[in-house]
Amino acid sequence: MTFLVIFLVVVAVCVFTLFAMYNKLIGLRNIVRNSWSQIDVQLKRRFDLIPNLVETAKGYMKHESETFIKVTEARAQAMSAINKGDVKEVSAAAANLDSALAKMMLTFENYPELKANQNFLALQEELTSTENKVAFARQAYNDAVMGYNNAVEMFPTNMVAAMFSFKQSDFFEIEDKAEKQAPKVTF
Amino acid sequence: MWELIRINKRKSLFVLILMFILMVSLSGAIGAGFYSIDWVKGMLWGALIGVLLWAVQSAVAYFAGDDIVLHFNMAVVVTPESYPQLYNIVEEMKIAAGLAVMPEIYIIESHGLNAFATGIRSEKTAICVTRGLVENLNRDEIQGVIAHEMSHILNRDVLFMTFAGVMLGTITMLSNVMLRGTVAANSSNRRSRKKGGFSGGHPVVILVILLFAIVAPILARIFYFTISKKREYLADASAARLTRYPIGLASALEKIAKHSSVDFVSKITAPMFIVNPHFAGVDEDSLFSASTHPPIYKRIAILTQLQHGGKVSLENYQKLYEKELSTSGLFSKTTLESDKSEAVRAESTEKFTESRTDVADIILANTGFKIVTCECGLKIKLPPSDLRMKVVCPRCRKELSVSGDNNAAATGNGGDELVFKRKNKNSWESFPCQCGNFTFQLSPLFRGTYVVCKRCKTKVQIEYPE
Repeated sequence: MTFLVIFLVVVAVCVFTLFAMYNKLIGLRNIVRNSWSQIDVQLKRRFDLIPNLVETAKGYMKHESETFIKVTEARAQAMSAINKGDVKEVSAAAANLDSALAKMMLTFENYPELKANQNFLALQEELTSTENKVAFARQAYNDAVMGYNNAVEMFPTNMVAAMFSFKQSDFFEIEDKAEKQAPKVTF
Repeated sequence: MWELIRINKRKSLFVLILMFILMVSLSGAIGAGFYSIDWVKGMLWGALIGVLLWAVQSAVAYFAGDDIVLHFNMAVVVTPESYPQLYNIVEEMKIAAGLAVMPEIYIIESHGLNAFATGIRSEKTAICVTRGLVENLNRDEIQGVIAHEMSHILNRDVLFMTFAGVMLGTITMLSNVMLRGTVAANSSNRRSRKKGGFSGGHPVVILVILLFAIVAPILARIFYFTISKKREYLADASAARLTRYPIGLASALEKIAKHSSVDFVSKITAPMFIVNPHFAGVDEDSLFSASTHPPIYKRIAILTQLQHGGKVSLENYQKLYEKELSTSGLFSKTTLESDKSEAVRAESTEKFTESRTDVADIILANTGFKIVTCECGLKIKLPPSDLRMKVVCPRCRKELSVSGDNNAAATGNGGDELVFKRKNKNSWESFPCQCGNFTFQLSPLFRGTYVVCKRCKTKVQIEYPE
């Protein structure tokens, strides 16, 4: 009788710890997903801003159509990558867009009248901030992935992870080259 | 990672418990003293009243504390339209911290530079900055400050410090009651000796309780400050990690240290600010100093060194913290393991505040001052009479060479010859040698054509005005 009770208690404790670990993993994975959607939101916001900025700038700079085309292309590419939702593809496309934008920003330098335009300045601040937000969202996402991956890999949660096939998430890495090219612009 | 930092407050919690014990025993002792006929009963009632006092005040602070504080400081709410840049910066930091709720932003109409965070409950938080702060700091610096405040919210410091603060207040109040009560009891006892009153007990016991009442608030104060200092360092570390740009916060702290006083801040809300508005510039490091914040120069030193290291992580901050304060432990091992080291990000390119110091620099440069800018961002201004070719940055200890192009009055006419032009030959004049170890003193009677440095034997020609 006592053995049965002890056995039942042990089983109950085991089940509860299992539940707790499972819930912890789910919680961490949800944080990862949530931070991913943050990146999504900010990237999309940037996509909305770009055409506005291009429209405002076009009136002032007639001879830079090539730059604009490149930015528009990079934007389209990044948008399709986002719709697919693959982390690696999105990070590559985002890096591409970053460098195209940085080049466009550089050309703005040659147009002082443009930089005096209030509307343009407001858009500029929005774009800079959105770029920062993308960077910080990426950072938050990577932090979340770190926490989640640790839990998936480390004992004892790794057993539960293997049992319910929790897979490690990819980091949102940006290549160093792109990072350096990115918004290094002076106004 | 943030979760772990939030949970890991064991040491602070230990101090908090000590404080609680102190409070209960003080109120118990007072109860025993007042009701000396049945001192056990008195002690129990005293302790109960003390805890009740604390609980009521805590409840008020918990449910209305934020509003009270914001109201006291006459804070005005900020919308994305009124301060777009400030709003954006806060939103950026909110994203970096992964907070679910965007904190409200408030502005205090004050020229002082300061900021604080409230947010006892995690669903309603606020960050408050002074107008002076927004006007005088650049984007990176504001970001650093906001990140520091965001970290207080993230680490639930406000809740923690509110309970500790209320406890400190209760202990101080109890000891006041005790000390005044004794005086009152003694004066009334002269008339009627029969009353229960305070002098009912044994004189030695009363003396012990009195001593306790004097010591308790001091002890509580020390406890409180140890907790709050540690939380400041933690918030600095988290802010560096959030922004990946420690130097932003460092230079903000430097500016804030100069003008942190906010005119109408009461002593109660002072510990909440990023830099204590009452003790600005006081670099007291002793345990007994009344400063709720760690010495600002140490915070700056840690942050600048972190920046030069190139990699921002909690572990690196901890190493520097241990080196700078020669104490150990800020984060637990598991917290450090869950952290990811991030490279320092590039400087923000936006210039939105042309601060007044820039104008002052231009004026100085025109009057012959040499301005050397160090990598750490510090500007060293050398007067025209300073002949040194090399200076050491007082902040990051880097040796900098002084370029001699824009100096009008002082150094050489080409070649190796060093020349000092006297402005007034009828008064004392002094100037340092280029080696930096010796200062020349020229008396009003001196009419020689050259002087020789006693340390490095450099010859400096002296020219006289016509």
